[in-house]
Amino acid sequence: MAVYFQKREVVVPGQLLADGRYRASYGTYDDDGKIYSALVGLAELRGNTVKVVALEGAYVPKEGDLVLGTITMVAGNNWKVDIGGPYQASLHANNALRRPYSDDISEYMDVGDVISAEIATFDRQSGPFLSMKGRGLRKLEGGMILDVSPAKVPRIIGRRGSMINMIKDHLRIQTTVGQNGKIWIRAPDFKILRLAIKAFKTIEAQAHTSKLTDRISNMLVEGLAEIEAEEKGEAEAPAPKKQENEEVEAAEPEVEEEEPKEEEPADEAESEDSIEEEEVNEE
Amino acid sequence: MSPEKRPDFLISAEGLRFDGRRPDELRPIELKVGVLKQADGSASIRQGKTYIIAGVYGPRELHPRHLTLNDRAYLRVVYRMATFSVPDRKRPAPSRREKEISMVIANALAPSIFLEEFPKAVIDVFVQVIQADGGTRCAAINAASLALADAGIPMRGLIPAVAVGKADGKLIVDLGDEEDKYGGGDVPMAIIPQTGDLTLLQQDGSFTREEIMEAIPMGITACNYIHELQKEALKQAYVRRPEDGEDDDDDDEDSYDDYDDDLETDLGEAELMEDDE
Repeated sequence: MAVYFQKREVVVPGQLLADGRYRASYGTYDDDGKIYSALVGLAELRGNTVKVVALEGAYVPKEGDLVLGTITMVAGNNWKVDIGGPYQASLHANNALRRPYSDDISEYMDVGDVISAEIATFDRQSGPFLSMKGRGLRKLEGGMILDVSPAKVPRIIGRRGSMINMIKDHLRIQTTVGQNGKIWIRAPDFKILRLAIKAFKTIEAQAHTSKLTDRISNMLVEGLAEIEAEEKGEAEAPAPKKQENEEVEAAEPEVEEEEPKEEEPADEAESEDSIEEEEVNEE
Repeated sequence: MSPEKRPDFLISAEGLRFDGRRPDELRPIELKVGVLKQADGSASIRQGKTYIIAGVYGPRELHPRHLTLNDRAYLRVVYRMATFSVPDRKRPAPSRREKEISMVIANALAPSIFLEEFPKAVIDVFVQVIQADGGTRCAAINAASLALADAGIPMRGLIPAVAVGKADGKLIVDLGDEEDKYGGGDVPMAIIPQTGDLTLLQQDGSFTREEIMEAIPMGITACNYIHELQKEALKQAYVRRPEDGEDDDDDDEDSYDDYDDDLETDLGEAELMEDDE
């Protein structure tokens, strides 16, 4: 009976973690009563269960996960959905539409549409099947999809949604975070969108540091103040013509350097402010 | 490039080797993890003048489909040498040797990976030899194993590999190019350090039974040393990367607890949380 790691120590595959009456959990394996790490990650002990929280890794579907995906094919009564990771998911029309529905299901959702859905079943023999029967599961209109590492998603959501709710409160954006590392963001304008992307990317890069929520909060407050100052500058600019205009232009590039990596044109016309999204809070 | 000449000696009168090493001494090894941005996991190794980069992608969807294995992931290793990696330009077409070494590396790595966790998928390992100076297959295994770990792929452990050879009748560890070419043969090997299992054992040249019995423990000792270097390199990559010079040390109890809980919530293991209180 012994434990061979410090709390939250970075461990590597094959490292002996514990020996004796401990239970191997996620990220570990048991070999003849000895528990070894199977991943690079942070080792944790809960009761007598040893686990390793991964720092990297592809998305492996888990039943009940909320995921975001892009429809890649319409096949009869099924949609094939790219949810990232090694497995392509399928969504049967019965699990998405209210009957009766038309024979041609591409009328409802077609190739290229982005949806939020839940993993209904996944058993390794037959690839993941999705369901859209549930609160907040729908076709996502407008906005953009940001890709992050799936291993960092728990940090982006935070404890009982603390991180994501904080971001939404500050920026007043609509956003949904999928467990597969895809984040849908719809912001009122591009400046806010850039700030949101910057925030998510920062969380991804610094996922295993502490006091991250506070730092992100400060970052957002500063960012918003900057945007506000800029808008003020722009509003005043037209009256006293040249000089101030130049100043504004000089200040702008700072923000513009963070170009969003991929985006669909934001649907600015519909601005039903802050519709509450269902979050992926694991309880 | 002037034509290579056989060195006058491989083991000097003092018992030292061509490049001044002791018989059981490895070349200096430098391992780096996370050297490529685009790959899911990557690592590089410098072992003497040998320089190799390994990149890992996946697990991801397997194409072509007919290679699919229904009970486990397919491990696809591609070992390639750059045209400029050897004194004479290497012709860029994939050679028989490269294909064989690809297979050998795959077979050496496969026992360490939990391939059964990703049925039907593929794990791609690309090994590029930038500069070859002997021992590339072993160096490639060392780097590829680190790259797999960097990609977050579950493994039983890291795989170190080394070659033991013979020069002027004496057993030597980690052969350089000249020793490989002009020596009496070599035995590359790879092990799983936790169990001591051999995952690679080849032989080139002729050895007596006694020589082999002596060579294998020599190789295992060297592998264990390389394993330490691998662990060190991997930890370095992760401990340093995220800090960004921030002032967030863990001495602040409050934030520590907060973070701790985050981790727990994240895994969604409800039944475990109760144990905590």
